[in-house]
This record gives sequence, structure tokens and C-alpha cells, in this order.
Amino acid sequence: MTDQPLLDIRNLSIDFPSRRGVVHAVNDVSWSVNPGETLAILGESGSGKSVSASAVLDLVDAPPAVISSGQILYRGQDLLKMPRAERRQINGKNISMIFQDPLAALNPVYPVGWQIAETLRVHGVDRNTAYARVIDLLRKVGIDDPERRARQYPHQFSGGQRQRIMIASAIALEPDLLIADEPTSALDVTVQAQVLRLLKALQAESGMGMVLITHDLGVVEQVADRVVVMQNGHVVESGTASEIMNAPQHPYTRKLLDAMPGRHGFDPQAGVTDRTARPLLEVDCVSRIYGVLPGKALDAAPNAVRAVDDASFVLHSGETLGIVGESGSGKSTLARMLLGLDRPTIGTIRFDGKDLNAMSGAETFKVRRRMQFVFQDPTASLNPRMTIGQIVSEPWAIHSDVLPKREWRGRAIELLERVGMKADHIDRHPHQFSGGQRQRIAIARALALQPEVIVCDEAVSALDVSIQAQVIDLLKTLRRDFGLSYIFIAHDLALVRDFATSVIVMYRGQIVEQGPTVSVYTNPQHDYTKRLLSASVVHLPDAA
Amino acid sequence: MGSFIFKRSLQSVFSLVVLIILVFFLARMTGSPADLYLPQDASLEVRNQFNEQLGFNDPLYVQFGRFFWGLLHFDMGQSLQFSRPAVEVVLQAFPTTLTLAAITMPLVLLLSIVTGSLAAFRPGGVFDRLASFISLIGASTPNFWVAIVGVLVFAVTLRVLPTSGTGTPLHWVLPVAVLMLRPTGVLVQVVRTSMMTALSSAYIKTARAKGVGSRAIVFVHALRNGLLPVITVASDQAAGIVNGAVIVETVFGFPGIGKLMIDSVMLRDFAVIQAAVLVTALAVFIINIIVDITYALVDPRIRYS
Repeated sequence: MTDQPLLDIRNLSIDFPSRRGVVHAVNDVSWSVNPGETLAILGESGSGKSVSASAVLDLVDAPPAVISSGQILYRGQDLLKMPRAERRQINGKNISMIFQDPLAALNPVYPVGWQIAETLRVHGVDRNTAYARVIDLLRKVGIDDPERRARQYPHQFSGGQRQRIMIASAIALEPDLLIADEPTSALDVTVQAQVLRLLKALQAESGMGMVLITHDLGVVEQVADRVVVMQNGHVVESGTASEIMNAPQHPYTRKLLDAMPGRHGFDPQAGVTDRTARPLLEVDCVSRIYGVLPGKALDAAPNAVRAVDDASFVLHSGETLGIVGESGSGKSTLARMLLGLDRPTIGTIRFDGKDLNAMSGAETFKVRRRMQFVFQDPTASLNPRMTIGQIVSEPWAIHSDVLPKREWRGRAIELLERVGMKADHIDRHPHQFSGGQRQRIAIARALALQPEVIVCDEAVSALDVSIQAQVIDLLKTLRRDFGLSYIFIAHDLALVRDFATSVIVMYRGQIVEQGPTVSVYTNPQHDYTKRLLSASVVHLPDAA
Repeated sequence: MGSFIFKRSLQSVFSLVVLIILVFFLARMTGSPADLYLPQDASLEVRNQFNEQLGFNDPLYVQFGRFFWGLLHFDMGQSLQFSRPAVEVVLQAFPTTLTLAAITMPLVLLLSIVTGSLAAFRPGGVFDRLASFISLIGASTPNFWVAIVGVLVFAVTLRVLPTSGTGTPLHWVLPVAVLMLRPTGVLVQVVRTSMMTALSSAYIKTARAKGVGSRAIVFVHALRNGLLPVITVASDQAAGIVNGAVIVETVFGFPGIGKLMIDSVMLRDFAVIQAAVLVTALAVFIINIIVDITYALVDPRIRYS
């Protein structure tokens, strides 16, 4: 082994022929990775980062894809010239791969032990040896009680554990190279940090090379030695991690870094919450307990689950309240109760002084107008059969006294332009727009009734970093122009820091910390908040 | 699992009672058996005597009470056409139908799972197109037509198979083949679709990244996941056959439950109709329980509690 790289991709191009012409998904891409090194391939959706890495393991579906040129050299041998059967010998043994969503990537109908053992058995290890190895591997990746758990199925594990199981399967035969495609994107921040640490530890132990495909600059910063930045199928920049993070050359890299939340000081515009302002929404000792029949004593239900436990907070007019927490923290249940989709088991939610759950139907109807919502997945929350105009106008059809029908179209165009869309978009359908544009449409719909509060439930989580930044900018502008209040629910701490004026941290159903954004982020009190902050990559250089 | 089967059984008992009531009264709306069993010129007196003897002159609720009381003692009354206990008549015909189903369904499953899986492996390929084309024909061609053409070709012209009846294994060839046609056609399409979904899942990518071969990917990784919708449709088809493959049994003179039911309806043999419906309903209930258990075996995420 001289100074030959472990994997060397040279001038790779992959095309997807379609009816509207050829799409060059990967265009003349070159990168390489050495033993013991971690290469991060950074890019947004559609940049070609996953496709180029999938080609290494023959996972690109051809047809329809065509690998039109280039070489993939593994230890000097061109994989693209090798017969399928031979490449299968390399897959899993010399080069292995883990994926974004470990629940989907594990076969739901086989025990996890069986699935890890399969990697070994496929490459010639006999049954008993394989099983013994599985137990070792599970222990190594930090799964307790491996003998018992090896017989369990993927749905019986948590997200982080599932990714650990995927890793166990990938390192079973001590490969030279591990390709990880967004390995932590589907995981909570604290779990994400643990999984990255595990990967680094395994790498230090075995000296394997690692290719990490990600959209997350925080991940890059934590683990990468070198970085390749991709955009629209091209490599636009490559260099060491510190070069890229500190002195980016290409404008796209700069834009990406700039868009990354948490890299700037606290937003002076956002200012602090005016505590003397009118309280708009008051949540008072609210609990949502599952497994209890209404009217029955609480202690009579031993299996009761407190999804939200004794939560109290106030949203003042003009305030942007961020609610952060990991999955299962109760933030979505809380949102559902604010929306009136669920009722508190105990406690009251008051809007403008009136109890939401004691209101008559007509009163609720009126309140709905003043409180609007933007959901996580704009593809799912926009009816695919309606035009954009119909979607934005629908609130006026429901609240018929707001706007006469002849003015709908003009007002809808106004709103679309307000959120950065064009007037001629009005007759198109949702599928003709990108994710970011769809979320703008959803925001336009939320604005239609001129609400006072907008509840955003993970409203930008599904979007690429640069699009995310644009949508947040839009929300900020609307806040300034219309004096809107927001409840902004998110798992991304950095994002909340950049946008919210005050923050609530939720953990296992309880509010463990609340206060103005600056003080929560610079001086966290609760242990969990501290852990959350140290696990996520929030930059606080210029905060002090 | 035990408590699940108990709960399901209770629910089914309720449905069975409703079914029995419906069948009892609907059958009696068709008219009096006296019209069919007595000569057309039989006097009113003779008719009255006939009805009196068999209890058809009593008010309907009395008749129903008697029927229900008998049911509790496993007595379903006498068959008019055979002059034997109705249960005996039904239980004699039922095994023939069950055997027909027991031969047909495994063949259907084997053929459709293999064909559908191979078609899904390369969607749009030659095999896929051929399989889709033929299965569509199978699913949409009327049974009775194929049965009659089958008899004409293989029994009359080629003289390799018997026309009708039972006795030798050869007697089963045509009925089973005709009976397989529609379920196979339908199931190939179902298998193909659900296998295509399974094969495009992320865990298939994982398997390929591990170096698993194509055959294991299709038949180990994808098949078990693609099987759930197939089980649902297959059980429905099986229930259809158990309910009496009426047309096939009639065309081939097969003494099964379907033929018996048709004959009994024609002859207003109420006791036999009731017994036949009850027995087939029980069989369908058992099929459903088996299907529920199979679900849990195939997919560990499904647990009944």
C-alpha cells in the first residue's frame, strides 16, 4: 500500500434520461478518500451527493440511470468494469453502507440479530460463528443485553438504537470503507452526537475510511477531515474541513455557510419579548394524559402516559415563542391542543382571555380566524387537486364574511407576492413547486385571514438549509410588517435561537426551562438544556 | 392470542345468528315447497295435509322457534328431496368442495407468487408484460365459458380427460384448472404490485449493500413484506371457493356444496339451505381466523391482544 487512495472516484457522470431530456445528476465528479480518513460530501437535496456514493456499491438503478463516464477505483481496481457477482463480494465485506432512516433501512419482518448475521453469512461465515459475532457486535455498538435483543425486531428499538444496529451490521466484516448517507438526519440532536461519536470511535479502532454524505454543516464540523461540496451534480469546492468552514472560496459554499442557523449573533431585530404586552395565549397547568377515562380518578389508571405534564406559559402579543424538544417530548401534543385538535385532560388554554375548551361552536369558529397554522410537510398539507389560488382562497370560503368572492383572486395574488411567489403561479397545482415554494404557499394561506398568531409545527424542518433561511427571513418580515406572534415548534436549536424571542424547552412532557432566548442559550439552568446545547452545534462566539 | 380467538369467536357468533335469521326468512319468501313436491293438480286438501305434516302451516315465528330449538341440539331438520337429515346431506357434499379448494388454493398461491415476484423484479420487462397480459385474461374470462370450452377441447375432441363426475384423479384436472384461473389472474396482479413496493424499499438497498444475491433479495427480503395484501386477497378467493364453486361444480357434475345449494334452492329444500349456509359460514369463519394468525406470523409488528 503506497499512497494510493482507498477509493478514488474520477470524472464520474451519471445521467437520468427522461422525456424532457437528460438530467445530469452527477456531472464529472471526482473525489477520493484515504484509509483512516473521513471525507464529508456536503450538499443540498438534488446535488447528486447520494447518487455518486451509491454508485460505489452498485446501488444506482440502471436503467433508468446511465453511468456515462468515469471510474470508481477501489484500491486501484475499477469497480465499474467488474462483473456484478464480483462487486457483490466487495459489498458488505470491503465497503459497507448505512442509510438515513434506520427504521426503513432495516427489514421489519426479521429479527435484528438475523439481519446482522446475514452480512456475515452472505460472505461465507457459518451460522454459529456468525451468531456469536452478532452478540459481540451488538455489545460493541452499545446495545445492552445483546443475547435477548438480538431476537427482537426493528420496531422494538429506538431510532438511535436502530442506527447502532445498522452500524453493527456494516462493520461486521471490518470493512476498509464505510459510506454513511445522512446517518444522523433522522435522529434527535443528543442521539445524533452519540452516533457520530460511536462512528469516530470505531474508525479510530479499525482505521477504516469513512465517507459521510450530509446536508448538515454541524455534522461536517464534528467529524470530517476533508470536505467536498456539491451543487447540481457538480463538485464546486473541496478542501480540508477547516479550510471550507473558515475560508470558503466558492460563492455557493459561502451561501450555504451563511444560511446555516446559529452562526450569527442574536438577532437584534427580534429584540426581547415585551412582557407588558397583551397576553394572547395563556396555557395554564395543562396536562394531556393518555390512558385515563374522562371523569375517572388519575391514580386509578396505572398505565397512564403523561404526554404533556403540567405545562404553563403565556404568549404575549408580538412575541415569537420557540418550543424545542426531541421526539416524544410532548411538543406536538401541545401544538395539537393549541390547534383544538385535542383537549387538555387537566388545565385550561385561554385565547385572549377566553377558555378555548369552554367556547361555543360559533366562538371557536371566530377564534380559528385569529390563530392559523403552518405544518411540517407542505406536500401533505396542500391538497394536490386544488390550484394555488383555490388553496389560498379557501379560508375565505369558510369564513364567508371576510372577503366578497370577486376580490378573492386579487387578494390571493397579493398574498402570493407577499410571500415571494409570482402572480401567474395562481392557477398551478402544488406538485409544480419545490418544497420551499410549497411552504410559502402554506404561509400565504395562513395569512389569508390576517391572524394574530401563527403556530408553526416544524415548519421548515423538511427544507434545505438555504431554503430554510429564506423561509425564516420571510417569517421575520411578516412579523415586522403585520405584528404577528408565532409559536415556533422545532427540534433544531440553532434555528430557534435565530428566530424566537423566548424559548421553552420540553423534556418528557414537561417544560424544564423557559425564558428569553438569549438567557436560555447563554446561561442554561436545567441539565437537559445543557446537554441539548452541547450536543447541537450552536455557535456562540459572538453571543457574549 | 387465545383471548383474541375467543373475542373473534364471540363476534362471529353474533354475525352467524343474524345470518341464520336472514336465511330462514328469505328462503320462506320464495313460496311453498308444496308447489314443487306435489303434482300440479293436487287438491287443496292434499296440499294442506302436506304443509300440516311438515309444519309449514304454523305461523313463521313458531317455525323459527322450532328451527332454532333444533339448532341448539344440532338438529337441522329433514331434507325434503333426500328424506334424510339435512346435516348429513350437507356434510356429505362438503368434503368434495373442501378437497377442491385444498387442491386449488396451494397451486394458485404457488403459481401467482412465483409469477408475480418474477414480474416485479423487472417491471416493464418481457416477462412482466407477458405475465400481466395473461393474468388479466385469466382474471376477466368467465368461468362457465372456459369450463365448457375445456370440456369440448379436452374431453370431446382430444378425449384425454373425462367430461364430468368424480372417481379418478383425471376427473379433477379440468375443474381445478378452471377454478384456478380467476384467483391466479387476480393474485398475480396483487403479488406484482405489492412486490414492486417491497422491492423499492430502503431495506432492499441495505440488503444489496450487504452483498445479498438477487434471489435472496426477492424471495427472502421482499416476499415476506409483500405478502400481507396477498394473504388478504387469497383468503377472499379461498372463501369464494369454499362457499361453493357453483358454476364449476354444476358444469362438471361435481357433487359439492355449491351444486347442492343451487339444487336445494330450486327445490325449496329449506332445511338443506339452512344447514349448508351455516356450515359454509363456519368454514369462512375458520379461514378468517387462520388468516389473522398468518398475519401475525408473517409480520412481527402485528400482535393481537
